Amino acid sequence: MRRVVVTGLGLVTPLGGSVEQTWERLIAGQSGAGPITRFDASDYACRIACEVKPADFDPNLRVDHKIQRQVDPFIVYGIDAAGQALEDAGLTDMSEEERLRAGTMIGSGIGGLPGIAEESIVLFERGPRRVSPHFVHGRLINLVSGQVSIKYGLMGPNHAVVTACSTGAHAIGDAARLIALDDADVMVAGGTEATICPIGIAGFAQARALSTGFNDEPTRASRPWDKARDGFVMGEGAGIVVLEEYEHAKKRGAKIYGEVVGYGLTGDAYHVTAPHPEGSGAFRSMQMALKRAGLNPADIDYVNAHGTSTPMGDELELGAVKRLFGDAIGQVSMSSTKSAIGHLLGGAGAVESIFTLLAMRDQIVPPTLNLDDPVDGAEGVDLVPWKAKERKVDAVLNNSFGFGGTNATVVFKKA
Amino acid sequence: MSDVADRVKKIVVEHLGVEAEKVTDEASFIDDLGADSLDTVELVMAFEDEFGVEIPDDAAEKILTVKDAIAFIAANGK
Repeated sequence: MRRVVVTGLGLVTPLGGSVEQTWERLIAGQSGAGPITRFDASDYACRIACEVKPADFDPNLRVDHKIQRQVDPFIVYGIDAAGQALEDAGLTDMSEEERLRAGTMIGSGIGGLPGIAEESIVLFERGPRRVSPHFVHGRLINLVSGQVSIKYGLMGPNHAVVTACSTGAHAIGDAARLIALDDADVMVAGGTEATICPIGIAGFAQARALSTGFNDEPTRASRPWDKARDGFVMGEGAGIVVLEEYEHAKKRGAKIYGEVVGYGLTGDAYHVTAPHPEGSGAFRSMQMALKRAGLNPADIDYVNAHGTSTPMGDELELGAVKRLFGDAIGQVSMSSTKSAIGHLLGGAGAVESIFTLLAMRDQIVPPTLNLDDPVDGAEGVDLVPWKAKERKVDAVLNNSFGFGGTNATVVFKKA
Repeated sequence: MSDVADRVKKIVVEHLGVEAEKVTDEASFIDDLGADSLDTVELVMAFEDEFGVEIPDDAAEKILTVKDAIAFIAANGK
């Protein structure tokens, strides 16, 4: 199979409107959490979120005014992050021949939830003739891939992933496969989400997934592996990478962030929202990715965990990582950057994969904020509490798990 | 009439994201102002909201230029 490398990155997150702004603040230990400003959440059990800040993100930089009006915010974030990644890779002006071999694989967990909710009210209050003609294609998940394909003239595979909170990781893994199997030379891949809206917060709160005990101290709410954790904090934004066939990238002298060497994907076959009680799906996903990569656990320097700050998930993932790594657990650093940016749902796996690539570039791993009192079983595991840590980082692993019992692991190493 | 024309042109500028100078009486939404068929549906809805008129589908199909819209609203608007 052909080798696949990452040559471009794009981020829109609660910590910044670009890769460097986000990364700088993440390494500095800043939090993107705050009170919900998008709507009046005073009657909601959860009143906090990690929102993308208007001061950081200007949608007019890369998204036409007309398109902004027609589509849900997750599409706007996705188009912008894809543009950043293509600019970073130096691939915004490909020839027609190149563009025939370039595609898109950008997913979302839920898609246009705010717009669906709002337009439903229009339908009920004002009737079917008042529903926007842009309603459908402004909300569909694959319309991020579609919009990016149209904007940049990418005529290869035009595909999208929908696997809840593992979407971003699956998108990168699946897109890499398309390049490895010679269906494309370049893929714009990742995930995006924007569901901080009344029905989104109410729905996840009713599923008992959100933190509700830190409404007065938002930056303390996302606390993976801490004993006081009580649920995740919803984030929003997008992470997009440019994947490229290795020789294609070498030939044009592209900057290479890392190589996609491993990909694992499994199902828990257990419950719609709860993880398998032994973490077996997560374990097998990581095992599969390492096998594909031809690496041993001891070769992995940094794990960006799924670590959502929910009571069950964090400990089961920790247990699975400990079982897989065995004695090598003493050398790896594992953090959850959801402690700083919240849970970006369908965007999480891609944003966090980008963090692992930046960790390799700068030889520093981002911290787990709010980790004051680690769970039992965390002894001897470096969970990088509070402060970023400089260390050797040559190979990295990113985990993402989603509702429906879906698991994905991506492994990168220096090319 | 001129009030109607100004309001129609303002809606066109906002919805299609075009410069005001381009929105002449003779301008065709699709040929001159870059609208697609979905944009024209949205424009008609915006005219209905702004002027409190109902523009039936068969009438909407005949509104191709800025002038057509102004004329329909002047004749049927409140």
